[in-house]
Amino acid sequence: MSGAAILQATADGILMGGVYAVTAIGLTLIFGVMEIVNFAHGALMMLGMYVTYWLFTLFGINPYLTIPVSIAVMFIIGWLMQRYLLNKIINAPQHNQLLLTLGVMLFLENLALFVWSPDFRSINVPGLDTSIQLGVVSINKPKLLAFAFALILTAVLFIILQKTVLGKSIRATSQERDGASLVGIKVKNINAIAFGIGTACAGVAGSLIVPFFFTSPGAGAVFLLRSFVVAILGGLGNFWGALVAGLIVGLAESLSGLFLSGSWNDLVIYGIFVLVLLLRPTGLFGGGRLSGSH
Amino acid sequence: MLTINDLYVGYGDTLVVQGVSLDVAESELVSLVGANGVGKTTLLKTISGLVRAKSGEILFMGENITRLAPDEIVARGLIQVAEGRKLFPAMTVLENLELGAYTKEAHKQKKRNFELVFEMLPDLKTKARNMAGTLSGGQQQMLAIGRGLMSAPKLLILDEPSIGLSPLLTQTMFEIIGKIKEQGVTLMLVEQNVHHALGMADRGYVIEQGRIVLSGPAMKLLHDEHLKKAYLGM
Ligand SMILES: Nc1ncnc2c1ncn2[C@@H]1O[C@H](COP(=O)(O)OP(=O)(O)OP(=O)(O)O)[C@@H](O)[C@H]1O
Ligand SMILES: [Mg+2]
Repeated sequence: MSGAAILQATADGILMGGVYAVTAIGLTLIFGVMEIVNFAHGALMMLGMYVTYWLFTLFGINPYLTIPVSIAVMFIIGWLMQRYLLNKIINAPQHNQLLLTLGVMLFLENLALFVWSPDFRSINVPGLDTSIQLGVVSINKPKLLAFAFALILTAVLFIILQKTVLGKSIRATSQERDGASLVGIKVKNINAIAFGIGTACAGVAGSLIVPFFFTSPGAGAVFLLRSFVVAILGGLGNFWGALVAGLIVGLAESLSGLFLSGSWNDLVIYGIFVLVLLLRPTGLFGGGRLSGSH
Repeated sequence: MLTINDLYVGYGDTLVVQGVSLDVAESELVSLVGANGVGKTTLLKTISGLVRAKSGEILFMGENITRLAPDEIVARGLIQVAEGRKLFPAMTVLENLELGAYTKEAHKQKKRNFELVFEMLPDLKTKARNMAGTLSGGQQQMLAIGRGLMSAPKLLILDEPSIGLSPLLTQTMFEIIGKIKEQGVTLMLVEQNVHHALGMADRGYVIEQGRIVLSGPAMKLLHDEHLKKAYLGM
C-alpha cells in the first residue's frame, strides 16, 4: 500500500464526506424542527438534480449558477408539501407521517420515471472535468466545490437559526408549539417554511451532485440511506454533527475501499453506524430538538 | 373588555366547559377559581384559540374572536401565561423575552417593556444568558410572566401562576401580580389558591364541573358559606 494511495483515498473520503453532509443537512433540519423522518428527502434531491440538469442542458447555464433556482423551486415544493400534506396529519402518530413521506417518495420517483424516463443522464461542463493536482493527490473539482458548499450551507443555516427572527421562531416552534402560538408566531406557517428550507437544502445537494453523478429518477435513493446514516450519526437536529459525521462516513468508505475490497464499504459504514447507536443512541454529538447549543 | 357568552368546549364527545358566561372589564382583576380538572385551562385555551369552542362566543374589546387563530388573538393584545409555562427551554432567558415581543405592536414597545420587566423581575436580568430550561421552577414562572408582559398585554390571563411554588415564592408571585395591576394592565387570574386569588381580586367566579356556580365581588365571595366550606376548609 503506497503512501500516495492512502493520501488519495483520504482526500477522496473527505470530499465525499462533504457531499454526504450536504445531503444530510436538510434531513437533520426537518427532523430537528418537526420530528419528521422525511423519506422523500432523496426524491426531493433528485428533483433538484433535474432542475440543474435541464437548466444546463437546455440553456447552458453553469450548474453552480442554477443553485438559486433549485433553492427557489424546492423551497416552494417543500412549503406546499408541508402545508397541504404533512400539516393535515401533524397530530397523528409518527408512523403515519413516515408513511406519508414514503408515499411522496414513491410518487415523485415514479413521476420522474414517467416524465423523464429511466435514462441515466450526465453533463459535461467545460473546465470542471479536470482535476486539481496537489502533489501526488488529485482533487476532483466538482467534489471540492460540493465540499465547500457543505461548509457554507452549514454556516448559513446555523446563522439563520441563531440570529434571525425567522430562525428564532423556527427554534421556538420546535421547542414549544403552544408557547410559540401564545407569543403570536404563526406556527403553521413556520413549519411550512422550515420544511421548505429543509427541502431547499435537498435541492442544493441535488444540484451539487449533478456534475459528478448520473441524474436519474433513482439517483436520490442512492444517497438517501447514506444521508440517514450521516444525519443519525451526527445527532438528528445537529448540523455541525452532520458535517463531522459526513466526513467520518466518507473516510470510512474510501479507506475501507482501499484496505479491504470495494464490497466491504457498506459493511464498514453500517458497522460503525450500529456500533455508535448501541453506545450512543442520540448519535455521536447528541441531537434532538434544535437547541442552539450546538 | 372580555365577554364570554354561553361557551361550550369539549374533547371528543365529553363536554368540559358547559355553558360558561363571564366578563372582565377594563382595569379589573378578575379571579376564576376552581378545583382540579374542572375545565379552567380548557376555558383559557379556548379564549386563546388553541382549542375550538363547540358553541358560544368570545368577545374581546367588542370583536368576536371565537374563530380567530392564536396569533391573531395575541396580536390584539389578549395574552396568556399558560399552565406549565410553555417556555422555550433551549433558548436563553433573553431570547424568550425577545420572542414575547414578537407581534408588531409588542415590538414597538420592546425597549420600554424590557425595562419594565427587568425592574419588576430583577432575577431575570441576572439570568439573562442562561437557558430557560435550566432555571428553577420559581424563576421559570417569573420568566413566563415576563414574556407575557413583553407581549404588550391589554388583557393578561394567568393560569395558576402559583402552582408548585413555595409559600414564600407564592407570596412574591402575588405581589408581582399586584404590581402588574398597578401598571394598568387588565388581569384575569385563574387559581386553585382561592384565598390569595380572591383576596386581591375585584371580582371573582367559581367554576365547578365546567359551570360557573358563584360570581360576584371578591370580598363577598370570600364570605360565602358554600365557598368557605368547599375551598377554604372553614
Ligand atoms: N387534550 C385533552 N384531551 C382530552 N381531555 C382533556 C384534554 N385536556 C384536558 N382534558 C380533560 O378535561 C378536563 C378539564 O381539564 P382542564 O385542564 O381544563 O382542567 P383544569 O381546571 O385546568 O385543571 P387543573 O386545575 O388540574 O389545571 C379534565 O378531565 C381533563 O382530563
Ligand atoms: Mg389547569
